[in-house]
Amino acid sequence: MSDETNGGGAIDPHTMSIIVTKGSLDWAYPPFILSTTAAAMGLDVTMFFTFYGLPLLLKDLNLKVTSLGNTAMKMPMMGGHMGMPNIVSAIPGVDRMASTMMKNLIKKKGVASIDELRELAVEADVRLIACQMTMDLFEYELEDMIDGIEIGGAATYIEVATQSHINLFI
Amino acid sequence: MADQVLDAKGLNCPLPILRAKKALKDVPAGGTLEILATDPGAVADFQAFCRTTGNDLVEHSEEGGIYKFLLRKKA
Repeated sequence: MSDETNGGGAIDPHTMSIIVTKGSLDWAYPPFILSTTAAAMGLDVTMFFTFYGLPLLLKDLNLKVTSLGNTAMKMPMMGGHMGMPNIVSAIPGVDRMASTMMKNLIKKKGVASIDELRELAVEADVRLIACQMTMDLFEYELEDMIDGIEIGGAATYIEVATQSHINLFI
Repeated sequence: MADQVLDAKGLNCPLPILRAKKALKDVPAGGTLEILATDPGAVADFQAFCRTTGNDLVEHSEEGGIYKFLLRKKA
């Protein structure tokens, strides 16, 4: 039965697909780091952006991070690691401030920005597919997205997945 | 001595690998690329990179927190 889905041939081990479902600053990193590194190592990579991952394809990125409900988020502060009480994260403006602080920390530590990683992904011919249904659902326009992306649905992704050795859901 | 030198000091994962991949494009087949990095993760990463891409990690060393890698581009 599996022969029918991949044409009966062996799957090239140097192929990877990633379903990107989240779009906060912290969740944007794993898919882009994995895709760019895999591409640099010679893999054929496809990223499928759906639901909250879709805004990662917008021309103007304004990614934010929140510690609300995220007990694991403890930032280096005053020699230790500190989290923030939920009630503080819920105050208007705090998330924006936390996002700015995180971006500054990222820059200071020589970590690439998401903009840069995304550019590298495009340069490396990583295939970027936007979920058509999500675009309709949340009323995103193609003109707001970066150039060079494709549009597709679930079947488009499934076909890619049947031909990919590594399939990740992030 | 190397055909190209890449300064990746101060850059964090995955930039050393991504920059190295880019720099290798300008290195002739069989030529060498020297990479300087401060990211300790780069040690394992360049070994994995070379194993997977078929490039040769000729040598690597560390001195005063700076890691030096010498890659030979596959023929």
